[in-house]
Amino acid sequence: MNRVARFLDSDLFWSFRTSPMAVASALVALVCILGAVLAPWLAPHNVLDLASVDLMDAFKPPFTEAGWTLGSDDQGRDVLSAIMFGGRTSLLVGICAVLFSTVVGVTLGLTAGYLGGTVDALLMRMADVQLTFPAFLVALLVDGIARAALPQEVHERIALGVVVFAIGISTWPQIARTVRGSTLVERNKEYVLAARVIGLTNLRIMATHVLPNVLGPVLVIATLNLGLAIITEATLSFLGVGVPPTQPSLGTLIRIGNDFLMSGEWWIAIFPGLALVAMVLSVNLLGDWLRDALNPRLR
Amino acid sequence: MVAFVISRLLQALPVLLVVALISFALFTFVGDPVAAMLSQDASAADRENLVRLLGLDQPWYVQFWKFISNAVQGEFGLSYRLSRPVSSLIAERAPATLELAFCAAAMTLCIGVPLGIFTGIYKDSWISRLLLTVSLVGVSLPIFVLGMLLILVFAVQLGWLPSFGRGETVQIGWWSSGLLTASGLKALILPAITLAVFQLTLITRLVRAEMLEVLRTDYIKFARARGLSNRSINFGHALKNTLVPVITIAGLQLGGIIAFAIVTETVFQWPGMGFLFIQSVGAADIPVMAAYLLLISLVFVVINLAVDLLYYAVDPRLRAQR
Amino acid sequence: MLLEVKDLRVEFPTRRGVLTALNGVSFSIAPGEVLGVVGESGAGKSMTGAAIIGLLEPPGRIAGGEILLEGRRIDNLPLAEMRKIRGKRIGAIFQDPLTTLNPLYTIGRQLVETMQAHLPLSDAEARQRAIGWLEQVGIPAAAQRIDAYPHQFSGGMRQRVVIALALCAEPQLIVADEPTTALDVSIQAQIIALLKRLAREQRTAIMLVTHDMGVIAETADRVAVMYAGRIIEIGPVRQVVRHAQHPYTAGLMASIPPLDRKVERLAQIDGSMPRLNAIPPGCPFSPRCPHVFERCRVSRPELMPAGATDAACWLHDQPGASA
Repeated sequence: MNRVARFLDSDLFWSFRTSPMAVASALVALVCILGAVLAPWLAPHNVLDLASVDLMDAFKPPFTEAGWTLGSDDQGRDVLSAIMFGGRTSLLVGICAVLFSTVVGVTLGLTAGYLGGTVDALLMRMADVQLTFPAFLVALLVDGIARAALPQEVHERIALGVVVFAIGISTWPQIARTVRGSTLVERNKEYVLAARVIGLTNLRIMATHVLPNVLGPVLVIATLNLGLAIITEATLSFLGVGVPPTQPSLGTLIRIGNDFLMSGEWWIAIFPGLALVAMVLSVNLLGDWLRDALNPRLR
Repeated sequence: MVAFVISRLLQALPVLLVVALISFALFTFVGDPVAAMLSQDASAADRENLVRLLGLDQPWYVQFWKFISNAVQGEFGLSYRLSRPVSSLIAERAPATLELAFCAAAMTLCIGVPLGIFTGIYKDSWISRLLLTVSLVGVSLPIFVLGMLLILVFAVQLGWLPSFGRGETVQIGWWSSGLLTASGLKALILPAITLAVFQLTLITRLVRAEMLEVLRTDYIKFARARGLSNRSINFGHALKNTLVPVITIAGLQLGGIIAFAIVTETVFQWPGMGFLFIQSVGAADIPVMAAYLLLISLVFVVINLAVDLLYYAVDPRLRAQR
Repeated sequence: MLLEVKDLRVEFPTRRGVLTALNGVSFSIAPGEVLGVVGESGAGKSMTGAAIIGLLEPPGRIAGGEILLEGRRIDNLPLAEMRKIRGKRIGAIFQDPLTTLNPLYTIGRQLVETMQAHLPLSDAEARQRAIGWLEQVGIPAAAQRIDAYPHQFSGGMRQRVVIALALCAEPQLIVADEPTTALDVSIQAQIIALLKRLAREQRTAIMLVTHDMGVIAETADRVAVMYAGRIIEIGPVRQVVRHAQHPYTAGLMASIPPLDRKVERLAQIDGSMPRLNAIPPGCPFSPRCPHVFERCRVSRPELMPAGATDAACWLHDQPGASA
């Protein structure tokens, strides 16, 4: 059997195929991803191009005019196009932040679990200190400190990177702890002892023998963290401390629309809000399904 | 018991020290307090005077010590943005945040924990499945989106509840309470729900997972094999064993409520510490940021200590070790 | 007969079809009798015990056959009725004493609640009896230790507490699932001796599930040998150990080192037990059997009289043949 056929026949794929919820959320997630990635080609208007935006188009209500399906905002930008471009930023920041925290968490967790001793104690103590605070607060603080510490023009240039760093750093302890736990179990198994007897280096053993065995739980946490990272980014941007206004995310759009909620132009905030919820919900449903599928015991 | 408390306090000390160091570093190395306090046309001599007055010419550890001893007395200097003592700014705003957080925490625990236990025990009933699906929507709903939806429906469309502020408050000593007036209570409803929903659905899911975990253990199977009633197994044996992890979760949720109060307060322009903090971050108002940081870590340390003490009360294995 | 199991069948529905974990299992236990059940792991011995106390792990289910306690069916009872049987008529002992006791309740409380669930006892009476039971199972200073938590006992002592819990409502039958496997070798013998003594004193029958032939030989009156979800031989323990009639049992016995003489090399059975989804037609042991012949591969032998035991083997269907 080749790889594709084996995957299609696997228990994982079978459990996916037979779960309508998983299939539906995968479809929604796919739509979100495609809409975001292909925004420059699919969106009816290019909202990032200031020259194409006309104030005369402002405050169009939704479902009234062709080409402006979800209405337009105070600047005359098409809400649907803004959502697609905003989703692009949200998704980009979310995925980068999760990749960052996963790499950091897995590396530190493996190191702590495999080496033990002082390194382990030190890393886990750091994780403990950070876990005293909710992840969101850590992200907010890191972002806030960077904002205060960096000169303004520097900050503006690297603002996106700062947000990714802030969100990523706020979730590493959880991953590191999980990986450390699994590593401690794997480390004492016979196959690792055997690898050591043959004389493989620690690095090699960690990478080729221990790592593959701890990836399952990490995959589940990373998926669930993606939903959380997207929410965190949106919340930071909503508070006005996240991504720069030149690269609006869904959170930025909602922040802008929030000002018009009371005056009746509800669509400017609500549609980006719904898009955000759809994106996060589909990711969370997938993560939930993945966790159950990888641990049949838990159902 | 006393030894246990002391050892836990000693463990909390490094956390506070790290936070104090971060706050101090913010104070000292970020921004320029001298420039912030002097007028545009101050001379170099004025500047030097102020530097000496503020003790900025001292070595950093002397400054750090001074920072800590000031902080212990609640002294954080003047806000750059509002030119008022940070301590009185915070004292003014603390009651609003605490009342909001308390109401949200009460809702979270009183509804979330029972729902989690119910959905854990009756995991196959349709009500549980429905609740679980709804709860997943809850954890996917960012706080500010929920707040906006509630404002749109109940304030803008129906006009039942106010969309911002605390309503009328009553002054009791230095504490200003919104819990004693009708308009204050009405103003509290939407923010409290907004703050509670995310934590509530999260705690339901976590408690359910713990309950399922416990129900799978050998001692529960053995309890069934001994012919005990379902009631005594579910609400005695299983619940008591679930309690230990649930206490941790509840502690974490309380922390989450305090953190997310920042967002709720921003959405509803609630005049609390969180709103103050986010305004300070926007304006790089470092004294307020540092004070808030220290205060909130103190709160988290106290929460963690309370969690440890509850553990101690519930789990005999812990008591035996000491 | 105290307990009769007739043609018991347990199935597990899975995505690739239904697995039959137990197939046509029949045996009985007389009052006060000790029946040993042996077999490799996965042969279905623990599952048989779980089915009897009605605690099969879902999605496993009883798909056929009957379980009768003193002539009354108990395999299809509603939960509330079954609850009155568990503990009161059929007690259970699990493998690992470290995990079978609730860590947050004192052992006294666990004993008292078990007795009060089944017997009309006041708190004071129940406590008095609990102390009595702890003394019976050999817990020193029982009157003081009754308020201790499980973690304050060693593994062997905890298993004694578990035995007290299984016996305290005075059941007629105890299903003991590998009661000594998790214990130190030095303690195993004590626990087995205790179980044996109490069973005799209380006139309690025991279904002793284990993979340890030594324990069986020492304790059981009769023994049932299981293989791939079936009983392939059952009979008096002496006969089965000395004159096994099924080739599998014979191989099992030959693989135990004898104490009285020196052997160059222990016998071993080639191959391994088939997985539940790949049980061959005919006799499940046929692919490994040294005496296999054509009939074994096509039709399945039921238990039939063979010497002093019953064995499921076609060798005994031929006049004058033996394994």
